[in-house]
Amino acid sequence: MIYIFDGSLTGLLTAVFEWFERKPGSTSLKSMMLYQPEAFRENLIVATDQEKADRVWVGLQKKLKKDWLRKFYCTYLSEIPEAYDHLFQFTIYIFQNETGAASNYGNDHVMALSKYAKSVEREKHRMEAFIRFQKTGDGMFYTSVDPDFNVLPLISNHFKNRYADQEWIIYDLKRKYGLHYNLKTVEEITIDFASEVNQKNPGLLLMDEKEELYSLLWKDYFKSANIVARKNTKLHVKHVPKRYWKYLTEKQLG
Amino acid sequence: MSFDRIREKLNILADAAKYDVSCSSSGGTRKNDNKGLGDSHSSGICHTYTEDGRCVSLLKILLTNHCIYDCLFCVSRKSNDVKRAAFTVDEVVELTMNFYRRNYIEGLFLSSGIFKNADFTMERLLLVCKKLRLEQNYNGYIHLKTIPGASDELIKEAGLYADRMSINLEMPTEAGLKLLAPEKNHADVIKPLDFVQKNIAQFSADKKLIKHVPKFVPAGQSTQMVIGATPESDKDIMYTANAFYKNFSLKRVYYSGYVPISDDTRMPVLGTQPPLLRENRLYQTDWLMRFYGFKVQEILNDANPNLDIDIDPKLSWAIRNMQHFPVDINKADYKMILRIPGIGVMSAQKIVQARKFGKLRIDQLKKIGVAYNRAKHFITCVDSPYQLKDYQGTQIKAFILAESQSKYLKTDSNQLILF
Repeated sequence: MIYIFDGSLTGLLTAVFEWFERKPGSTSLKSMMLYQPEAFRENLIVATDQEKADRVWVGLQKKLKKDWLRKFYCTYLSEIPEAYDHLFQFTIYIFQNETGAASNYGNDHVMALSKYAKSVEREKHRMEAFIRFQKTGDGMFYTSVDPDFNVLPLISNHFKNRYADQEWIIYDLKRKYGLHYNLKTVEEITIDFASEVNQKNPGLLLMDEKEELYSLLWKDYFKSANIVARKNTKLHVKHVPKRYWKYLTEKQLG
Repeated sequence: MSFDRIREKLNILADAAKYDVSCSSSGGTRKNDNKGLGDSHSSGICHTYTEDGRCVSLLKILLTNHCIYDCLFCVSRKSNDVKRAAFTVDEVVELTMNFYRRNYIEGLFLSSGIFKNADFTMERLLLVCKKLRLEQNYNGYIHLKTIPGASDELIKEAGLYADRMSINLEMPTEAGLKLLAPEKNHADVIKPLDFVQKNIAQFSADKKLIKHVPKFVPAGQSTQMVIGATPESDKDIMYTANAFYKNFSLKRVYYSGYVPISDDTRMPVLGTQPPLLRENRLYQTDWLMRFYGFKVQEILNDANPNLDIDIDPKLSWAIRNMQHFPVDINKADYKMILRIPGIGVMSAQKIVQARKFGKLRIDQLKKIGVAYNRAKHFITCVDSPYQLKDYQGTQIKAFILAESQSKYLKTDSNQLILF
């Protein structure tokens, strides 16, 4: 049996509800976006239902401690096709066993969630570390990113608490939405970039007059802090993989 | 202030500060509760890494590199012919705020050469902290150097604004220090370390009784030793570290491989490679002491005064103590599992939780994250292959060395890497 859901968290939780309604035996879960019909397996298209999803979520909250609810959510944000099936199987496993079953690291789904969540948390942490704001002429601190996983929901609070006295925008170019902090709350926004605007660097002309000075000072600092006699490029690249260099002011030429 | 002058100052004063290897921004508990700037992250954040692979989380600078002392191991020593510079208090404040706002840094690491005298220097450092905290509503991290010889009042006041304070031991033994810095001694370091530690203890005792007690050095103290400038053994170094961890509840001891910066005949000659592998082994030992339940005497003693270079200290200990192995993964207590080469803290915790649900197999151990090729010589689990022969420690070492690819041993540590 194959269950097909719409890719939303509500859809995924609904699928669990439907499974317990029908108990169809061994079932795998696939996202609609990626589903290709198979000849010899039946399928069911899950109709996303908020009420059913809520019931599953309330049930999960009773069965799982906070850290595992977080792992569950992080795994969902990974957007990896196989992760959806692991979430589905994991949830069924949790409901069918005594409270505490999540610490069974010998179970494939427990281990899978633990690994996906670790990757997502690492990407979240990298965004907290590698984002570089540029100050615009009207006092806004702006940055754009394209993270491996959908981590904006996870970093929102960190930036809100930290930069409470400055207005900022973090925009996800890959998923086409961003976070805007207006000195009170963080709101989700979408921007229609005019085609001639360079999205990575929308207008040096719009920058605060001191922006260039501080980015220059930071690049200088980065060079001065290096000890040439200890050069270790392998270690450097291990800590800052090349795909993140585009974010880093200190890694830009000039 | 002119752009060029501030750039020049930053280059000089960042360059002079970089030999202090402490980079940690962890342990801060400051919350942004005044709608100001900054909020600490309990585990710290490394915002970038230098090309030598070291973490950059703080703006690490000296207030000035003018210094009245002439310590041979220090690049800012009085007799060294280098450019000198000094920041004003406001310049440091402005740099910190603007770097922090752009998410370049977790905070400020402020040290200084000693100009005029200890109190005069400490006063300036304190002024920077007060301006940041009181005028700028800054809640980011501050790591402040305690200036040996500064008055108790100044040090105590600084502790109210800094998250971490540190003083460097510089050399692992008094004899080594005397050789290179005759004007200094360990007692000058111990006195303020002890003073700050007693205050930390006092504030936290008060906190249990009184609701509103201000924070005092919430991220604790650290120190640093230079390695390889003087002829101490690894045992000397780690016994000193162990004593300082115990006596002053230090959060960290840093080991800094000496980078030759002087042509004095008492020091390694210019161009000698810094002892990076030795430094790495010392940090591994430090971790074994702090997170793996090893006593320093188990790893280093009169029979083994120096760490092995070709294998790590945990494997080294296991090979010398084969009577404890093999360990049954499904029965042994957590402490013993932690001591198995190839199993780290996370894997050990997972094993102890997972085995409640059934006896563990090899494939499960691999998925949990155990480095099985290493661990297999020291463990048994449900489906361990039956072994006819009891191997000696030295044989196991040879097996592991044969199949592991050490990142260090391919290149002789005395060989310069050109590219």
